[in-house]
Amino acid sequence: MADWVEACAVDDVEEEDVIRFDHGGRTFAIYRSPDDEFFATDGYCTHEKAHLADGLVMDDIIECPKHNGRFNYKTGAAKGAPVCVNLVTYPVKIEAGKVMIQI
Amino acid sequence: MTTAAKTKRDYSLVGESTRAAIETGLASAEWYHTDVPRKAMKELMQRSDGPAIRDTIIWIAAILGSAAGIVWFWGSWWVVPFLFVYGVLYGSSSDSRWHECGHGTAFRTRWMNDVVYHIASFMLMRNPVQWRWSHARHHTDTIIVGRDAEIAVMRPPDLLKAALAFTGILDFRYSLPTLVRQAFGTLSEEEKSYIPEMEQHKAVVAARWHMAVYVATIAFAIALESWQPLVLVGLPRLYGTWHMVMTGLLQHIGLADNVVDHRLNTRTVYMNPISRFIYWNMNYHVEHHIFPMVPYHALPKLHELIKHDLPEPNPSMWHAYREVWPVLLRQLKYEDFYLKRELPPTARPYRGEFHEVDMSAAE
Repeated sequence: MADWVEACAVDDVEEEDVIRFDHGGRTFAIYRSPDDEFFATDGYCTHEKAHLADGLVMDDIIECPKHNGRFNYKTGAAKGAPVCVNLVTYPVKIEAGKVMIQI
Repeated sequence: MTTAAKTKRDYSLVGESTRAAIETGLASAEWYHTDVPRKAMKELMQRSDGPAIRDTIIWIAAILGSAAGIVWFWGSWWVVPFLFVYGVLYGSSSDSRWHECGHGTAFRTRWMNDVVYHIASFMLMRNPVQWRWSHARHHTDTIIVGRDAEIAVMRPPDLLKAALAFTGILDFRYSLPTLVRQAFGTLSEEEKSYIPEMEQHKAVVAARWHMAVYVATIAFAIALESWQPLVLVGLPRLYGTWHMVMTGLLQHIGLADNVVDHRLNTRTVYMNPISRFIYWNMNYHVEHHIFPMVPYHALPKLHELIKHDLPEPNPSMWHAYREVWPVLLRQLKYEDFYLKRELPPTARPYRGEFHEVDMSAAE
């Protein structure tokens, strides 16, 4: 059974933005969508090792800062070259003002 | 001191330098980034359709206008200025459109980037699939010998080849046979080294579309018994490419290879407004390489924000070429020689183990 882990406070992530969260030697990306929902994916682009948290959130898309590869951060789906491999996504819930992810 | 810098450079993407780059950690390395507050970077990264739509309308109108001039004045000397303008718009400014739309940064809307990317790729005789991947590699491993598929001038430099590049002949001689080969379904081992297997069939299909247009253009020229269709489609890749080469060569020429700091292997040059329009602000090339997600229209702002951390830009293209020329001459004898960029005193040094090359033999 996967554990729920506290990733950050709700206010740590601006609307339509992303932050990095490191836990247990792994790196995740925590997103807040323009309609104020939270999502989580693996923190690195599947194309090259670049932190998605340095990238740009546009609607439901995260764009990698290195090669501008795009993913739908809600589903993890790769949105075309140069990324071909989907991101792993993680369940998210909000508890007492904290963003919790299940990893 | 780097091993790769001391040995003879092997520019193939599947050879000895490739192995050395992977073994030493030069390949897919972490590159230096100037610290920029997240809020400021987010603002700079913001996408907008407005500037690129405006610039694209101007670009297409100028292309159509000069093409109309060619058709109208065909057969008289008055055609020359129209050929000059059309050639540069077709054979040079297509490069920066290809580049920016390939990054997906020119327009906010994805399909707009894709449409301009494919049109510009065709104008450049570049397979849009192959070159998307080669450019991704260029950003991962900028001027890393054995890894970067887009090194324009290798060491020791072939000066005749560099001069001929301005005529477009060499590129034409490479690009057209490459498209023909790919259209027949064959990708080279080097192309396969950077195009993922799942994308390789798309490269073949794209090459077939390009060839179909060229075959149709040739057929039209034969039917008309005129060179005019070929002068408008295909041949501008020859006679109009000089501006692309003039600006593009300066991006990295003469600077360090096998380093992981774009301040040392990439050049920013101040240019006149016309060249900047043709080049879509890619004269801010250090800035583009450090932060490739910043759209072309925001590069001047990015430059202002981080210039304190970068080498002094060259004040003009003329200045940059005057700086490069003696370096190329010395590289003829000592290929390890390069132009060492002076960082500002406050700049952070980065990964010294990759940047210290013994140039004493060249002194």
